[in-house]
Amino acid sequence: MSPRIPRSLWIAALLTLAVVILAACAPAAAPTSAPATAAPQPSTGPAPTTASTGGQTKNIIIGFTASQTGSNNVESGKQLQGLQLWLSDVTKAGGIKLKDGTVVMPSLKFYDDESKADRVQALYTQLINQDKVDFLISPYSSGLAKSAAIISEQYGKLMITTGAADDATMEQGFKNTYQLYTPASQYLSGAIDLLGKLSPSAKKIAIVYSKDAFSTTVAQFANTYATSHGYSVVVNEGYDPSTTDFSSFINKIAAASPDAIMGGGHFADGSTFAKQLFDKKIPAQMLVLLVAPPAPTFTQIGDGAQYVIGPSQWEPQVTYSADAAKAANLPWYGISVTDFTAEFKAKYNADPSYHAAGGYMAGLLLQKAIEDTNSIDPTAIKADLDKLDLLTFYGHIKFSTDAKTHGKQIGHEMVYMQWQKDASGNFVKQIVWPLTAKTADAQLRKLP
Amino acid sequence: MNLAVLVSSSIDGLMLGFIYGLAAMGLTLIFGVMRVINLAHGAVITLGMFALYLFSVQLGLNPYLALVLTLFLGLAFGVVMYFISVHRVINAPELTTLLATFSVDLIIVGVGTAIFTTSPFSVNVDLGTYGSGEITVLGTKIVAVLAAILITVALYYFLYRTRIGKSIRAVANNRSAAELMGINTTAMLALSFGLGTMLAMISGGLIATLFTFTILTGDDYQTKSFVIVVIGGLGNPTGALVGGILLGLLEGIATLFMQPSWVPVIEYVAFVLILLLRPNGLFGARA
Repeated sequence: MSPRIPRSLWIAALLTLAVVILAACAPAAAPTSAPATAAPQPSTGPAPTTASTGGQTKNIIIGFTASQTGSNNVESGKQLQGLQLWLSDVTKAGGIKLKDGTVVMPSLKFYDDESKADRVQALYTQLINQDKVDFLISPYSSGLAKSAAIISEQYGKLMITTGAADDATMEQGFKNTYQLYTPASQYLSGAIDLLGKLSPSAKKIAIVYSKDAFSTTVAQFANTYATSHGYSVVVNEGYDPSTTDFSSFINKIAAASPDAIMGGGHFADGSTFAKQLFDKKIPAQMLVLLVAPPAPTFTQIGDGAQYVIGPSQWEPQVTYSADAAKAANLPWYGISVTDFTAEFKAKYNADPSYHAAGGYMAGLLLQKAIEDTNSIDPTAIKADLDKLDLLTFYGHIKFSTDAKTHGKQIGHEMVYMQWQKDASGNFVKQIVWPLTAKTADAQLRKLP
Repeated sequence: MNLAVLVSSSIDGLMLGFIYGLAAMGLTLIFGVMRVINLAHGAVITLGMFALYLFSVQLGLNPYLALVLTLFLGLAFGVVMYFISVHRVINAPELTTLLATFSVDLIIVGVGTAIFTTSPFSVNVDLGTYGSGEITVLGTKIVAVLAAILITVALYYFLYRTRIGKSIRAVANNRSAAELMGINTTAMLALSFGLGTMLAMISGGLIATLFTFTILTGDDYQTKSFVIVVIGGLGNPTGALVGGILLGLLEGIATLFMQPSWVPVIEYVAFVLILLLRPNGLFGARA
């Protein structure tokens, strides 16, 4: 077994080192490459049925990419399901009916972006130039949506972003991009408010986060918010997104004795982190993690899931309704929460996640603007979106019209869920914040 | 720095290092015997994770019994994989075998994504926590370390004390001479590939008892395995185990003194430095 280092291993080593250094230095990926010219086969939604009204029928194409492969395929798949459910509802209703009798029949055209930013840029260029889509919806995730937004803005094509909460993307003076998700900067502020309400004596917070663009942004704003509210941030550190063993990091966190631990990143790291904190018996009063806790499979980690709080864009338990809209002096539009949840369950045999709700809402928002303007003219639709201020099953929707932050979401609020146990010892997901939307009181974390 | 935290993190890192080492042993064994850099190594580690998940969660078997089944499955899968993807190109340049195993990697990850998606899975094994105060050790980690040690000892016994093991070493040293001595080299190569795959799958199974995993998780362990085999010396199974322990310790201790996101940078700097200064690894290599 004589050793000899192959040249390929040398090259792999140097490339890996370069990538790792770049990843550690620059958490927010900034795609700069020019769009490539790929010609993959698109997937399409159901073919529009012929409208039964006597008016003209206009077909519109809504284009987007979905991550059918790669690391985002689960969340993106749910987002796609929500959008397809919206299309199914519109098709069943005979299309979007305008006042002059015209029926607008939408169809979907999408490609697999493989969860890669360079694919997104190539495919959005293709959707605009070759497929001639009328409107765009973003891919899932802040990073991919940012790549798509660069292209849609270059071509002046209207795009609704869903599954994308990054603040920076929406602070570039975009003119044609509209964000559905509550921005990342507000993800943990409610949790810090909840800590103050639940445990007034708590003073020390550990903020630990995955070093990706979204989680880093959330952590930065959480740090500022916590400090401004008198908390001492005793740990403020990022970890590699692929981390699977947090043992040493947890030892370091434990040494700082935080009252609350906040942060995380995505499902795999968040659920592993929660389990290992529980296994190591870390006695923090509150554990708030991004993304992972709202997923029903989070309870697979066992008792470590109890008391864990997670911010969510939407949950089936939310109480948005026509009555709530009336009370808030806002117009109500679209499907009810219960109907959306029931329809989704019937079609996909699963509870809808916030990704799915976001997908449905993206279609619903375009539908609302088309109905309001009685046209499919992008300029008119853009003007309508600018002044939109309404309540839907997904919550309050309002976009910034400020030149720098145009299209940024300023109406929608996060809800905070917590895994609690019922009298029989079964896990139950409860909404614990804001107080106006809660289904149960929040509980401080206790170790067995 | 609190001494208890340092001790606790050292223990955590050391224990993780044994599992890293076991994973890397599969890679180094295959390279040592047949000069093939197995780029499907990470995918095979993932297969081990999902095999354990299917046996224990879906079929309801005890996770550690499932681990034994995973061991035999890994051996069989490796032999099959050798004949399908490696045997016909075994004498071709390194790039050919590299691409052949990379193709297998793409197939495994592609089929796995279609079946399991990239959703995280976990096997919830609870063997309690031992220790007190700031120094605590999970029962599952203790079992994983013991399993890694047991498998390493068994591998060495097999390679150095059995006739077949000696035949494998003979093939590794000089394939033509081994053939002239009447050794069935094809069978030995297939068996070696099977053993390497078995080690990767069993390490995947052990990792699954500790951490959440997805179909893409194996890539990270593959990269670590490359670092480890370079530290320990390509083709040297003992070096791989020691390299794994060193890497685990480095991760455990370095995390205490810097942002965790910088720890991989330190690892890869060490990787490149060893390539530059000691290209045979810290422990050289031998059959």
